Amino acid sequence: MHLVLERRTEQSRTIALVSPLIAIGLTLVTMSILVAILGTNPISALGVYFIDPLTDGYSLQEIAVKATPLVMIAIGLSLCYLANAWNIGAEGQFLIGAVAGSWLAVKTHGTDAGPWVLPAMLLLGAAGGALYSLIPAICKVRFAASEILTSLMLVYVADLVLDYLVRGPWRDPAGFNFPTTAAFDPVATVPVLIEAGRLHLGAVIALVVVAAGMVLLGKTIKGFEIRVVGAAPRAARFGGFNSNQLVLLTFAISGALAGLAGIIEVAGPVGNLRPGISPGYGFTAIIVAFLGRLNPVGILIAGLFLALTFIGGEQAQIAMKIPLDVTKVFQGILLFYVLACDSLILYRFRLIFASPKVSRGAA
Amino acid sequence: MRKILIATTAAMLAAGVSLVGASAAEKLKVGFIYIGPIGDLGWTYQHDLGRLAVVKEFGDKVETTYLENVSEGPDSERSIEQLARAGNKLIFTTSFGYMDPTLKVAKKYPNVHFEHATGYKRDKNVSTYSGRFYEGRYIQGIIAAKMSKAGVLGYVASFPIPEVISGINATMLGAQTINPNIKVKIIWANTWFDPGKEADAAKALLDQGADIIMQHTDSPAPMQIASERGKLAFGQDSEMIKFGPKSQLTSIIDNWGPYYIERVRAELEGTWKSEDFWGGLKTKMVVMAPYTNMPDDVKKLAMETEAAITEGKLHAFKCPVFAQDGKEVECKGGTHLDDGQILGMNFYVKGVDDKIPGK
Repeated sequence: MHLVLERRTEQSRTIALVSPLIAIGLTLVTMSILVAILGTNPISALGVYFIDPLTDGYSLQEIAVKATPLVMIAIGLSLCYLANAWNIGAEGQFLIGAVAGSWLAVKTHGTDAGPWVLPAMLLLGAAGGALYSLIPAICKVRFAASEILTSLMLVYVADLVLDYLVRGPWRDPAGFNFPTTAAFDPVATVPVLIEAGRLHLGAVIALVVVAAGMVLLGKTIKGFEIRVVGAAPRAARFGGFNSNQLVLLTFAISGALAGLAGIIEVAGPVGNLRPGISPGYGFTAIIVAFLGRLNPVGILIAGLFLALTFIGGEQAQIAMKIPLDVTKVFQGILLFYVLACDSLILYRFRLIFASPKVSRGAA
Repeated sequence: MRKILIATTAAMLAAGVSLVGASAAEKLKVGFIYIGPIGDLGWTYQHDLGRLAVVKEFGDKVETTYLENVSEGPDSERSIEQLARAGNKLIFTTSFGYMDPTLKVAKKYPNVHFEHATGYKRDKNVSTYSGRFYEGRYIQGIIAAKMSKAGVLGYVASFPIPEVISGINATMLGAQTINPNIKVKIIWANTWFDPGKEADAAKALLDQGADIIMQHTDSPAPMQIASERGKLAFGQDSEMIKFGPKSQLTSIIDNWGPYYIERVRAELEGTWKSEDFWGGLKTKMVVMAPYTNMPDDVKKLAMETEAAITEGKLHAFKCPVFAQDGKEVECKGGTHLDDGQILGMNFYVKGVDDKIPGK
């Protein structure tokens, strides 16, 4: 007797849509058990976790701030993944974008440069991220190198480049040798939307990116090509679509968006370039992309949801003294269930009692 | 909802105070932000011991909360603000990188008091505090010079910030009183806490001929390497004797408890003021672990030096101090360098054969 995964002949569209909700539901059940084992009332813990942050303006703002980079990066990643190009290195593209844009902020620091500085920084950030993401893309197209490995390894390179710059050439001369650049000038800073708040222009840009993603995938031929190349590579070849070109294109777009997110984060909430500007946004965005079913609107919701788990997790730490690790366990369990539910849409379990031949006849 | 409830309760309580008196007073909420996990056995661990000392001292009068593993990036500002919003009236932010976020949040919450460790920017409601770790380094320098057969010390350094540079200098000034030709080899690990990197640095230093390991990083890894190789070493931040029972000479222990207790008491009594506290051996913010694995005469010398520094008879940076290029450093403190010169130290003293990175 053994257990096999068997491909389903037909898949339910409804289930495909509600599968993330099932995953979230299962996660909540698992988390409740975990929290109860830790000796806290699960109902009030889940309340602090998921309901309280939604009930006041401050937390809502913080959720938007946290979701901004996640959504922007995940939209780009979804294009890659739809086209079967596996960009795992968004974290590195995020960092290089931050570095590229910061270059201008550092160079114009203390000069009376005009309001053109910030737009130019955003462009540089996007360009930097795009160029950086093209390295693994070109290696894949030209040399058939696994983009999963190359893009991931370039994350560490990016990390060290940033590290070198803020410890050496770009270090704030008045900063007692601490590894940060000087605080960016006001013209090099992303403006906040609400006085004394932290919600910044980046949130609006993220919404524009979501809309652009919807248009690209839903209304354009390129979007169609991306989906066909991923879903049916053979059909795409017969259709005359150039899959190599699409790899380059989707990588460049996702790199540009990650880079843009990077420079917005640095010029916004952080305020200067320093090590540790990303608490793993580029990796968390992979979860966001899949949780959002590689769909722009889904990604927006998923990004907000994941941001909620961060903010709620912090509030649970304060209010209920639940350890930080629970937040991380939570995200891991969530991804696990999302992938598990997805697998069960495409496949089903079968217990096989006799020889495989008989069971195939039964299916 | 909860927030509104708490606010209403607080308002009602405040109104009721005049009637029922102080017995209705709420617990003082005290918050802590940690850079590492409380189990790092170093920097954060010591701060958490300080928090526990507060709990022990005041019991029911205080309620403490901590957030651990808070990165110094964009998250820290939110984390600090979350603590302020949750009603904490005194918040300790325990890493240098929280400096600007602490000041930003402090501006928004003028009625909350903040204590930032190792920083240099203050405000009406932001104090700073740190330890005079260089005092302990001077004693370590003397011990190291006595114990080293090769005359070469290995130094695992973190970042070339003034605190670390003044530590290297104090070590050398102490060591030179015993052996004027003492050498120090420095490896910049560029991290505060990375056991792997720290261990590699310690191995490299031993391979290069150093026979005593000193560290200004936070994990016990260098001590463990020294222990494996049968060499001597100094601990950092906390008591590390269990990682090198045959290796640890002493350790500079960060002892935050007394300061935290004093500040919480000031807050409870309504006498909290913004100030800059820089405590050393005298105020017991810096404590030396027992002197072990050394002959009695060295131990005696170390204890005498410690006593002299504690009593103010001896200063690690007593004039004249000569810079690396042999020029005498201006003596702003009369008989020794003044605090400003030590807090901003960005030069090596004579005898250090290294270049400050990025300079």
